[in-house]
Amino acid sequence: MILARVVGNVVATQKNKDFAGKKLLLILPIDTQGIPAGPELLAVDGVGAGEGDLVVAIAEGGSARQVVKSKNPIAPIDLAIAGIVDIAETKNGTLYLYK
Amino acid sequence: MQLAKVIGTVVATCKDPSLTGVKLLAIQPVKPSGKNLGAPIVAVDTVGAGYGEMVFYSRGKEGGMALPEPFAPVDAGIVGIIDHLYRPVEERNNNQ
Repeated sequence: MILARVVGNVVATQKNKDFAGKKLLLILPIDTQGIPAGPELLAVDGVGAGEGDLVVAIAEGGSARQVVKSKNPIAPIDLAIAGIVDIAETKNGTLYLYK
Repeated sequence: MQLAKVIGTVVATCKDPSLTGVKLLAIQPVKPSGKNLGAPIVAVDTVGAGYGEMVFYSRGKEGGMALPEPFAPVDAGIVGIIDHLYRPVEERNNNQ
């Protein structure tokens, strides 16, 4: 799973039918210091996350489909948000505290 | 999924039989700002994307799961065309 911050969202009318009715969020992966680690990714939201939240995302197809409760067992989904982080702590202190 | 821009089409006559009739597009992965990200790749098209459009694609075998033959040998597949992208805070430290 990857730790990421929700930084935006995307609207797409023409898309695969398995994405219908699902929220697509732009997430920015971060490392344990809170520094961005890699480019923004597009994730299907499975938990009702919003902009600014720190989330855990699953970057594996089978588990991602399970998280978004996809009816189609072969939906082309490869990344899904599986949880909203309340507190993240490292040895350097608190990285994130949900407000 | 990742963002990309369609930069061309690819034609291949001799290919795996499960890819017959499948549209192949050359895409350039991009950041939300439109800046290029790495090298261009070839992806199968499942939504009818065209040249110049901003799309999002799935990586790995998931990319091909929208095809008529869901387990075709595919490692990237376009699954949607972006109408609108909302990214309020532009990247600051992300110098990838």
